Amino acid sequence: MSNQASGKVINVVPVQAGAPAAPASSSGAAAAGRGVQTGQKLKISVMRYNPADPASVPHIQTYEIEQSDGMTLFMALMEIRERLDPSLQFDFVCRAGICGSCAMVVNGRPTLACRTLTRDIGPDITLAPLPFFELIGDLSVNTGKWMRALSERLEAWCHTKQQEVDLTRLEERMEPELAEAIFELDRCIECGCCLAGCGTARMRKDFVGAVGINKIARFRLDPRDVRTDADYYELIGDDDGVFGCMSLLGCHDVCPKELPLQTQIAFIRRKMVKEGMS
Amino acid sequence: MNVIYTDVLVIGGGLAGLRMAVAAKRRGHDAIILSLVPPKRSHSKAAQGGMQASLGNVIKGQGDNEDVHFEDTVRGSDWGADQDVVRMFVNTAPKAVRELASWGVPWSRVRKGDRTVVINGQKVTITERDEAHGLLAQRDFGGTKKWRTCYVADATGHAMLQAVGDQVIASSIPVHERTEALALIHEGGRCYGAVVRDLITGELTAYVAKATALATGGAGRLYQVTTNAVICEGIGMAIALETGIATLGNMEAVQFHPTPIFPAGILLTEGCRGDGGLLLDVDGHRFMPDYEPEKKELASRDVVSRRMEEHIKKGKGAKSRFGEHIWLDIRLLGEHHIKHNLREVWDICHYFLGLDPVKDLIPVRPAQHYTMGGVRTNYTGESPTLKGLFAAGEAACWDMHGFNRLGGNSVAETVVAGMIVGEFIADYCDKTENDISIPTGVLRDFVNEEKAKLQGLITSHGTEDASALKARMQAIMSDKVGIFRTGKELEEAVDELQKLLVKSRSIGLKSSAPGANPELVTAYRVQKMLKLALCVAYGAYTRTESRGAHFRSDYPNRNDAKWLSRTLATWKGDSTLPTFNYEALDVGKMELPPGWRGYGAKDYVDHPDTPGRQAAVDALKQQYADDRFARQAALMPYEQLLPARLRGKNERIDEPMAQAPARRTA
Repeated sequence: MSNQASGKVINVVPVQAGAPAAPASSSGAAAAGRGVQTGQKLKISVMRYNPADPASVPHIQTYEIEQSDGMTLFMALMEIRERLDPSLQFDFVCRAGICGSCAMVVNGRPTLACRTLTRDIGPDITLAPLPFFELIGDLSVNTGKWMRALSERLEAWCHTKQQEVDLTRLEERMEPELAEAIFELDRCIECGCCLAGCGTARMRKDFVGAVGINKIARFRLDPRDVRTDADYYELIGDDDGVFGCMSLLGCHDVCPKELPLQTQIAFIRRKMVKEGMS
Repeated sequence: MNVIYTDVLVIGGGLAGLRMAVAAKRRGHDAIILSLVPPKRSHSKAAQGGMQASLGNVIKGQGDNEDVHFEDTVRGSDWGADQDVVRMFVNTAPKAVRELASWGVPWSRVRKGDRTVVINGQKVTITERDEAHGLLAQRDFGGTKKWRTCYVADATGHAMLQAVGDQVIASSIPVHERTEALALIHEGGRCYGAVVRDLITGELTAYVAKATALATGGAGRLYQVTTNAVICEGIGMAIALETGIATLGNMEAVQFHPTPIFPAGILLTEGCRGDGGLLLDVDGHRFMPDYEPEKKELASRDVVSRRMEEHIKKGKGAKSRFGEHIWLDIRLLGEHHIKHNLREVWDICHYFLGLDPVKDLIPVRPAQHYTMGGVRTNYTGESPTLKGLFAAGEAACWDMHGFNRLGGNSVAETVVAGMIVGEFIADYCDKTENDISIPTGVLRDFVNEEKAKLQGLITSHGTEDASALKARMQAIMSDKVGIFRTGKELEEAVDELQKLLVKSRSIGLKSSAPGANPELVTAYRVQKMLKLALCVAYGAYTRTESRGAHFRSDYPNRNDAKWLSRTLATWKGDSTLPTFNYEALDVGKMELPPGWRGYGAKDYVDHPDTPGRQAAVDALKQQYADDRFARQAALMPYEQLLPARLRGKNERIDEPMAQAPARRTA
C-alpha cells in the first residue's frame, strides 16, 4: 500500500440535485483503462452530498491518488479518507466481496467496490451512490432498511410445519442435489445492485426487484417451507411483484454473485401466471 | 433526552446477538438489537469453512461424539479453556446445527456410495453409508480427530446468518441498524443499558434494559493485517473495560490464521487444507510433515502459523514484491470440487489475486484472525463483576477457546452461546428481583458525559490525527505483538502504545460536518482501541510462558506450574495501563488434565496437581469403561449447568434413540 504517495483534491464541480453523476472522462473506461501501472495517477471523481448538512449541495469532487499494487476501490477510498478528506462517506464491511455493503455505481455500472481493482477501471474513475435507495451521504445508501422492509413484506423466512422441532433427534434428510440448488439461490447478499440496474424500479418505488423474486424462488424450492403457490401469489402476484418485471434483465447482468436471476424470474412468473389462472 | 426502554438490549447484530435475541423473545421478553451495519452484513458472514458439531454422519466422522469434540477443543485451547463450558458447548452444538437445519440453512448433505477425496496428498476412495444419505455432511478441519465440520459449501456463515437473520425478522425483533454503543450505563455494580450513537444522524440515545448483552465480535483491527472485517474494532469489549468493573479475559490470546491471501489478508478457509490442500515452500516442497508428522497441515492454527513463519525465517519462503510468503496448493482437489465446495475461495483468488486456483498456486501468509479473549463471563454468560451485563460469541471470554480456538468452533460458539446465554438472559429477566428502577438523572449523566467527550473532540484544536494514531497502533501490534513475541519487543510496544494513548487525548478533527462524521467515529474509536491494544500487549508481556497462540520466544514452554490461569484485565479511569488479576484454573476438577496436545511442542512444565488428577481420572475411566455417559458424569458432572430445555443426549446413526423421548426443544 502506498500510504506515502502524494495525493490531492483537484476540483469540485457542482451538479444539480437529482442529476446523474457525470460520466468518467474516458467513458467505457473498463476497457480503455485496463492495466493502469503502479505509480500512475488515478483520478477518482465522487458524487458527493450530505443530506444531514443544510449547507451541502450535490457535487462531483475529484481526488488524485497513486495506483499501488493490487489496489482495490476499498483501498483507494480508505486512502482518500485517511489522507485527503476525512469527511467522505462510504460503506465497507468485509472488503472481501461477501457482505454486500459496498455496492455503488462504478463508471456507470452497479457493482461491489471492494473487489474492483482500480488497475482494471482507471485511470479515470467515477463513483456514485446506488440509485433507488435512501441516501445517507456521499456513497453510503440505506440498503439495510429497504431489505428488512422487503423481508417483512414477503415474509421471507422459512415457514416451517411446526414451530419447534426435537433437537435431540437426527435431522430431517434432504437430497444433496436439492440442498445445493437451494444454496445456489441462498447466495444473495442483498447488495442492491439488481435494483440499481432495474428499469421497473425507476417507475415503481415498491417493486420487489430481483432480490425479492429470488427470495420467493428460494423458499418455494425448500421443502421445509410449507407455503404453496397460492400463498406466494398473494405476495408477488402483482405489478409490484413478478408481473412488474419488464424482462430488461439489468439485474442479471450486474448481479455480483451471478445468481441465475433470468431463469428464476421467468420460472416464477410462469408459476404465478398458472396460479393466477387457476 | 432520548430514552428507549426494553427488556433485553443486544449490542451486536451478528450470529450470537441475533440468536440471543430470538431466545429472549421466545421466552416472552422484548429485545432490541443494535448493529453497526445491517445484521446480514456482520462479520459472522465471513465464517467460510463450517461449524463443528459431532454428528458423525460421514464415514470419516464415524465414532465422533461429544467426548471427542471435548478433548479436541481442550487440547486446541492448550488447556486454557473452562472445561465445564466446553462440555456445555459440545453437547449443544449438535442441537444448534439441527435447529439451523430446521430453520432453512441449506447444509451440504451426505451422498451414499463411493466418492474420491484427497487425504494427506493422495486421492483415495471412501464409501459413505446408505443410512447416512441425506443427513448433514462433515469435512475435515485442523486439530480434530474426526471429520466434524458441518458446512454449506464455503459460505457457511453466510447461510447461517441468512437463516438466523430471517428468524429475527419472523419474530418481529427490531434491529436498530447503524447505531453504536459508546458507553454502558451502570450504577452500583448493575448494568442498565447503554448510551448509543446513531451513525446516520449523530444523535445520542439512552437505551435502558434489564439485561444488556454484548455480542460485538472480535478486535482484529487492532492489527495491520487481519482477516477481520473493518468493523471488528473491539468497541464492545472496550466499553465493558471502560466501566472499570467488568473484566476482559485473556486478551493476549490472539489467533493468527495460516492461510489468508498475501498481502491483502483476506481469508481463505481452513477447508482448503481440510479438503486436502497442501502448503508448499519456495522449492515446491511440502514442508509441514517435516515439522508436524502427526497432523501435518491439519495441526491447530497456532501451530501451523508458527511453522510457516519458522520456515520463512529459514529462507524457504517464496519471494514477491510485497515480501515473502508460502504457497497454498489446492490444485489436486480438482476443478469440480473447487468450483462447488470452495467457491468463495475461487472468487477471492479470481477477483483479488487475478489467479485461478484450479491451475495456480495461491500466495498465503498468516494474519490476525481471532480474538480468544473478551468480556469475562461465568458459564451463564453474565459478567461475574457487573450484574446484568452478558456477553457471547467472539466478544466474550466464556471461555471455551482458552489460548487457541479450533477452526469451526467459533461460528459454532456464536449460535450455541446464543442459545445458552439467551436462555439464561430470559431466566434473569423472569426474576422480579431483577426489575429495574433507574433514576433519569443517572441516564442524563451518562448521556451528557458522552456528549461532552464528542463535543470535546469536535471543538478541541488538538494536533493529533486519529487515522495516523490508528495506523501506528496497528503497525506496532503487527510488528511486536504478533506470532512470535519477546519481552524486549513487547516492552517497546507497551511503551509506545501508552504514548499513543496519551496522544489520543489530543486528537483534533479537520471536519465538523453534521451527521455521521466518519472522522469523529475514527477518533472516538481509536481512543478505545488503544486501551484494548494495551491489554493485549501488556498481557503478553506479563505472561512469561507460551500457551496456544501466545508464543514467547524467550519463554518457549507452556508453564502450568506458574501460568495455568486466566488473565483478567480492568481499567481504571485515566490510567495508561490495565490492572491484571489472574484467575487460577483448577486442575483437580478437570476432566482432561493438562498434557501434550498431540501436535506442536512436547515440552511443558507440569502443574503440581496434574499427576494426582491424572491418576484419579485414569481410575474413573477404568471403572466406567463401558458407559461413556456414566464415565463423563463421574469425571466432571456438568449437565446441571445447562438450561433445562437444552439438556439431553444427541442422537446419531450409531447412537440411535430407542423411542421418542419427551419433547425437549428450543
